[in-house]
Amino acid sequence: MSAWLRLHGRAFGATLARLARAPFATLLNILVIGIALALPAGAYALLVDLQAAARGVSGDPEMSVFMALDAKKEEVAAIGPRLKAEALVAQVDFKPRDAALDDLKKNPAMNDVLAALAQNPLPDAYVVHLAKNDGDALEKLATSIRTWPKVDVVQIDSAWVRRVAAAIELGRMAVLVLAGLLSFALLAVTVNTIRLQILTQREEIEVSKLLGATDSTIRRPFYYYGAVLGFLGGGAAGLIVYGALQLMNRGVADLAKLYASDFRLEFLPAADLGSILLFAAVLGWLGAWLSVTRHLREFEPR
Amino acid sequence: MPAPAKDKSGAMIEFSAVHKRYPGGYEALKGVTLSVGEGELVFLLGHSGAGKSTLLKLIPLIERVNSGVVMVGGQNVSKMRAAAIPFLRRNIGQIFQDQKLLYDRSVFDNVMLPLSVTGVHPRDGARRARAALDKVGLLPREKSNPIALSGGEQQRLAIARAIVNRPSILIADEPTANLDAEYAADIIDMFAEFNQVGVTVLIATHDAGAVARAAQKVKTTRTVELRAGELVAGGAA
Repeated sequence: MSAWLRLHGRAFGATLARLARAPFATLLNILVIGIALALPAGAYALLVDLQAAARGVSGDPEMSVFMALDAKKEEVAAIGPRLKAEALVAQVDFKPRDAALDDLKKNPAMNDVLAALAQNPLPDAYVVHLAKNDGDALEKLATSIRTWPKVDVVQIDSAWVRRVAAAIELGRMAVLVLAGLLSFALLAVTVNTIRLQILTQREEIEVSKLLGATDSTIRRPFYYYGAVLGFLGGGAAGLIVYGALQLMNRGVADLAKLYASDFRLEFLPAADLGSILLFAAVLGWLGAWLSVTRHLREFEPR
Repeated sequence: MPAPAKDKSGAMIEFSAVHKRYPGGYEALKGVTLSVGEGELVFLLGHSGAGKSTLLKLIPLIERVNSGVVMVGGQNVSKMRAAAIPFLRRNIGQIFQDQKLLYDRSVFDNVMLPLSVTGVHPRDGARRARAALDKVGLLPREKSNPIALSGGEQQRLAIARAIVNRPSILIADEPTANLDAEYAADIIDMFAEFNQVGVTVLIATHDAGAVARAAQKVKTTRTVELRAGELVAGGAA
């Protein structure tokens, strides 16, 4: 057991020594892997941020019912009880057109526009809070309300949140596909790097085999090399994503200020970063395994 | 794996009707039957192409027989599975015709190699490596690169690497080739010393002087001769 541990320790030590012996080549390999992984990792970080931002906006199902401009007061008033009678409706708030205009007037940017208008262009409206977010039932209710007298427009206000959620889901799939494709790039880099290592150490491998080294003793340092290279590449990806997010945050802060928000792009959660490092290390190991299995067979003696 | 033990017939190495044919059809060994007893010092004589190197390569399974049986320490290695070969090799000290030294490593690291691939503790390994280097007179050169050694010193380094695992069998392929008489004599003396402490030694050579030198040191020296892949003299122990 202790000999087995020593062989592992020796393989790991040899791996670190080998990485340190060629610092420039090691750095280049780590950078290539880091950049390949940074693309999906960065896209994933953005998705996580977008998802969090969308979650911050109310996703409760709401519906706005705008009355026709020529609707009489009693026609408008008749709609309220009808809305409350609907099974899907939890609460109904009435927003008179004059109150809506007063709200608009509070925005100085609109002063010139409103001054040019001869009369209030805003309709009376009901904000309908719905009991549940059932897409089909909502659509059916909206279609029905549109047929009611003096109802002009019915707008399902939570629809955009659902659209954002759907877009994020689509984005997640795209990130997965991108990650899959770039994983092959990482594999290719590792396979090629290990192949070169094997060729460089051909003589040592052959002599070691002649002197009684087992296949696993020969293979182990390459497995460690692939895994460590992948792990460091994953770390480089993390640094690249972190740097990119910090740079982007300057622009994001200015944009968010315009919407009176303090939204910032956040770095990946620790668990996700850990997963990326692990994933990269496993891919590195897999690349090493493929390379070693393919190339060591060619060596004599068997 | 325990050290090889002699088989029931008392032989440490035994070839029975061994044929070896290389890809392309060249038949290097034709029905060779040879027995080497435990603790024997055997010289394998023959011209270039006689089959000496091939015969030696069959012992640590660098090559495999096409037919016949090779027994090493009572174990039929002809049918040994690949996973067991490294453990066989650890008990056989090998000195190769081209030495197979690593020229990007120090003298010390070259001798440590057989120990480190088997997971020997570094402290214990270093002690054994230095003892082996001391035995061949190279301890003062442990930090040198093999390229800085003379031909005779390189051969001694190859011997140190072969004996560091304390093998019970030592096989050497043309260990005195390209060495002048004085260096060759030193090398043969070393093999004789190892043999005197019980190591079974099998040396392939075409150097008749080396055989004569060993015969002066070891009374039980035996010579066997190969010619065109056939054993023509000295097959039995």
